Amino acid sequence: MIPAPFEYVRAGSVEQALDALAEHGDEAKLLAGGHSLLPLMKLRLAVPSVLVDIGHLHDLSCVRVEGDQVVIGATTRQHELETSSVALTEAPLLAHVAGRVGDPQVRHRGTIGGTVAHGDPASDLPTALLALDAVVVAQGPTGRREIAATEFFLGFFETALAADEMIVELRVPRTGSVGWGYEKFTRRENDWPIVAAAAVDGRVALANMSGTVLRATAVEQALAGGASIAEAADLAAEGTSPSSDMHADGEYRRHLARLLTRRALEAASSGLSGPSRSGRPR
Amino acid sequence: MQISMIVNGQTRTDDVEPRLLLAHYLREVCGLRATNIGCDTTSCGACTVIVDGLTVKSCTVLAVQAQDSRVTTMEGLSAPDSELHPVPAAFRAEHGLQCGFCTPGMVMAAIGLLADNPDPTDREVREGLEGNLCRCTGYHNIVRAVRTAAQAGPAASAVPGPTR
Amino acid sequence: MSILGTRVVRTEDPLFLTQGATYTDDLTDERLSGALHATFVRSQVAHGRVLTVDTAEAARASGVVAVITAADLVDLEPLRGYSFVAKTMVRPWLAGETVRFVGDPVAVVLTEQRYQGEDAAELVAVDIEPYPAVVRLADSVREATLLFPDAGTNVAKTFGDPRPKDFFDDCEVVVSQAIVNQRVAPVPLETRAAAAYWGTDGRVTIWCSNQGAQQVRDQITEWLHLDDGLVHVITPDVGGGFGAKIGADPEFALIAWLARHQGRPVRWAESRSENLVGMVHGRGQDQTVSIGGRRDGTVQAYSIEIVQDSGAYPWLGTALPSLTILMAPGVYAIDEVHGSARSLVTNTTPTGAYRGAGRPEATAAIERAMDLFAAEIGMDPAEVRRRNLLPAFTEPHKTPTGATYDSGNYLAALEEVLAAAGYDDLRREQALRRDRGDVYQLGVGISTYVEITGGEPDEGGEEHAQVEVHADGQATILTGASPHGQGHATGFAMLASAQLGIPLDKITVQHGDTDRIPEGGGTMGSRSLQQGGAAVHQAAGELIDLARQRAARILEANPDDLIVDLPLAGLSVRGTPGTGISFADLAADEPLLVDSTFRAAAATYPFGAHVAVVEVDTESGKAEVVRLVSVDDAGTILNPLLAEGQRHGGIAQGVGQALLEEILYDDAGNPLTSTLADYPFVSATELPSFELIAMETVTGMNPLGAKGIGEAGTIGSTPAVQNAVIDAVAHLGVRHIDMPTTPMRVWRAINEARSAADATGTES
Repeated sequence: MIPAPFEYVRAGSVEQALDALAEHGDEAKLLAGGHSLLPLMKLRLAVPSVLVDIGHLHDLSCVRVEGDQVVIGATTRQHELETSSVALTEAPLLAHVAGRVGDPQVRHRGTIGGTVAHGDPASDLPTALLALDAVVVAQGPTGRREIAATEFFLGFFETALAADEMIVELRVPRTGSVGWGYEKFTRRENDWPIVAAAAVDGRVALANMSGTVLRATAVEQALAGGASIAEAADLAAEGTSPSSDMHADGEYRRHLARLLTRRALEAASSGLSGPSRSGRPR
Repeated sequence: MQISMIVNGQTRTDDVEPRLLLAHYLREVCGLRATNIGCDTTSCGACTVIVDGLTVKSCTVLAVQAQDSRVTTMEGLSAPDSELHPVPAAFRAEHGLQCGFCTPGMVMAAIGLLADNPDPTDREVREGLEGNLCRCTGYHNIVRAVRTAAQAGPAASAVPGPTR
Repeated sequence: MSILGTRVVRTEDPLFLTQGATYTDDLTDERLSGALHATFVRSQVAHGRVLTVDTAEAARASGVVAVITAADLVDLEPLRGYSFVAKTMVRPWLAGETVRFVGDPVAVVLTEQRYQGEDAAELVAVDIEPYPAVVRLADSVREATLLFPDAGTNVAKTFGDPRPKDFFDDCEVVVSQAIVNQRVAPVPLETRAAAAYWGTDGRVTIWCSNQGAQQVRDQITEWLHLDDGLVHVITPDVGGGFGAKIGADPEFALIAWLARHQGRPVRWAESRSENLVGMVHGRGQDQTVSIGGRRDGTVQAYSIEIVQDSGAYPWLGTALPSLTILMAPGVYAIDEVHGSARSLVTNTTPTGAYRGAGRPEATAAIERAMDLFAAEIGMDPAEVRRRNLLPAFTEPHKTPTGATYDSGNYLAALEEVLAAAGYDDLRREQALRRDRGDVYQLGVGISTYVEITGGEPDEGGEEHAQVEVHADGQATILTGASPHGQGHATGFAMLASAQLGIPLDKITVQHGDTDRIPEGGGTMGSRSLQQGGAAVHQAAGELIDLARQRAARILEANPDDLIVDLPLAGLSVRGTPGTGISFADLAADEPLLVDSTFRAAAATYPFGAHVAVVEVDTESGKAEVVRLVSVDDAGTILNPLLAEGQRHGGIAQGVGQALLEEILYDDAGNPLTSTLADYPFVSATELPSFELIAMETVTGMNPLGAKGIGEAGTIGSTPAVQNAVIDAVAHLGVRHIDMPTTPMRVWRAINEARSAADATGTES
């Protein structure tokens, strides 16, 4: 329940953070909200020798409109995103999903950048970002680059982020007038999703159906081809490889993927502002 | 390394290991043992305190991360021998505690809840406390306590001293 | 107006809500300054031979004072723990030869600072040659692998005889069902903790989180072969127990041994992950029930066969089936009742008592059986219950299993709860939804229950109390009970206050220090008010008698003319006001103090009825409890606020078991639910607010008329919720779903029922 010893460096700027990463390589991890990393360190599943604290880089915390995009700074806390009037208006799916992560205390600390960099296939925000066709903006020693969310999540807790890079921004299209749906299936409200489905603008993303969050491309193609929601949702399990664990086996997860995709699409098309928190249709 | 922060209104400077959890800093360095540790997976919320105006699980914050912060624990809510803060007062009135172990964290989480939502429904209270586990009360009276505390208005979410 | 029976807020709370309570890991007693921190190294393998325990690297780690293994414990014999544990199934203090469950302690590291402990423990290299792991009860029964070869069996205890072959011969209808009452974790919010200090007088003071200091003292004295009087146990504030903190854990004794060995105080506080494998688990029964009767709804015969999971080392859990069998018939007038059981060992955490301890298992079984019988004969489950309840009684009633119920009115409880739930309306709503084929179906589950509290079936328990009034007007009560959230300090003070007139805020109640209170039974089995409170009541009465004698001399009055004067908090001469003397003044020259032992006539049998209303999403299988209505009759209620709190907490744990909680192991015996992130401990969002109905059917077993209430809520709610979930999908052909009724299980049950219906071309 106690992390192994490590050195701690507080970065005063993105440049300082990048310098620390360059200096320590694989031995260093960035610490933003710490609510993905510290739990792993407390169980000693992660043992970095150096923690670089970027949690005080307030310049990296923002939610603003830029043209036809919403720009969210990487150190924006989930709670800030949940309550941001810009997000609520311009990217309501994202604001809602930010409010579904963990519990209030976790949301006060956890950052969107940290969650995305963590690459958990059962994570809410990456699912929503994938459905929104988000862009991850990373900064490294040679400058900034943009990585499409669809190319960001490579494997089980593995992302396209290089060891000497850090996420500085997330960008999503403005979808304020578009219907959306988010169906998160859990045993208890506070749990990680057994399966989750995010739907917006003809795109569907799934959590915990594979080694990464992924898009339900068969569903999207069917919809684009004029299929009904029910017909399209029936294809939700295609291309997925759900694991079996104590919560659900593969067969049940595939069923949930189809069910939640259908419900998320129904919510998105109904014009109502998404489901109630307990998943019951309003 | 040396850190300094304001805990329950008092400025402190201490020398700590980077890995010292804020929860242990409060309990063992500051001697404020009301805040309890009930798990090791950020699940139970017994360790909830308020840092810079927001409720956090102090077991998942390093003391060094709280450098220059204002931290409030349950001990900081009510002055000794004076009236209880509206939230703990409501917990007493409604029998919202039994063994008391989850209580300090639950009280702080309730204050955070009311700061965000001053007049919650029962459902909103339950969802707002989803990060706090209790084995004794079945939550029934905790929900009543938060609803009762809400009747005290802004005082229910007030925390002594400026929050930033 | 008497304070008794009124809602009094707790005297404990002002401290709990400001400085906080003081739990064992909070202690700053100066005797513990400089204490070493103990960190256990536990087996990561479920079953195997210990080849080597290499402590060299750990011993060199920063701050390490000692690393102790089995080889160091030469003067300690393996532990039996309880008299029913076979000598061939004893438990080592630290595993030196064989590990038998993931979590079995292998070594202890002692460090100067807390954080160093985990660093050093990681460095202890334990090499184990695995044996086949016996994880499932069915595997243990097969006995292909024995946990204790010298025992020649995996059976730790047996109960009862085989059922007669003709047991159900007279029955028109017989239904049988295999039922799992699953293993759960008690999860008190405070994990286990202990600290030990040896004084220069050769005595050891042990602080530990537990439910009865006197029992811990006696056990540790015996286990460490110490002379009587050397062990002093203090119970600080305890953050929940629920039965799992009954008696000493071996770790407590080991901490004491380590402190003597090192010549320094030692303290220990386990992490939650350690707690989920190291603290006893609850329940763990595989049951086969059979229920037989007539088509008119009369139940004639009921049998239950139990296989109890003891875990790796027989402990309290091993013995609990006797209570399950005792309470098997529940509230029903069933002529023929048969129960038998075997407790077997498995390579899992040992099982112990957990809220209800053997009785929830009985109630869950008979209540499932009643619903199965009802379904078989096509009768409403409430009606089947009505037809079989024991009629109301105020004189003791002996059951076929040997329990003597003291008083009961089961029909009234059932009718009250059905009325409060609006049962007919619920059935109408259910029918409507079924006709419409709604996705969200309604389920209504009923349970009617009785349980045994406060002692063994044939004898009542006893408890001690000391009441003293001081010259300054304060009073002190010493109790052998041991609160861990129940509010005894308030309740017992209320009793004394009602008799003596001393205000609550002047009464202090103490417990849990064996030097001050040498005799006591602790708090478990819902005994504290009916025995501990009765003892306080009795002691206060005896104090009044003592005071009368003294006052008679002083006032030169006839003792029989002296009556209690509550406003005075003393005695006055009958008929002449203003001639009294306070109890405080009577303590001026010599202490006014009484020690009393109360012996209850017998155990008591609280009872009740619960209705659970659930909504099941038939597309996903997820069930949600939308209402929980309960009648829990525990006789005279001293403080409704406290009683309701006990009911709430009990109900929540029952919902937790029915809907969510289960300890799981993989086939190799590795725990899958060993953190609170994985173990689905019921949270506020899965529960409704409860609807409690008051009912008080007094008992004659103690002067308070009180029965125990602490466990009743769990016993009643678990089967009500399970029955409700099954009821929600019964129209689809589902007959039974084991707990926890997870979404996946419900979904599967629906699918299987539909397939079966399709296959036979029938509708349910």
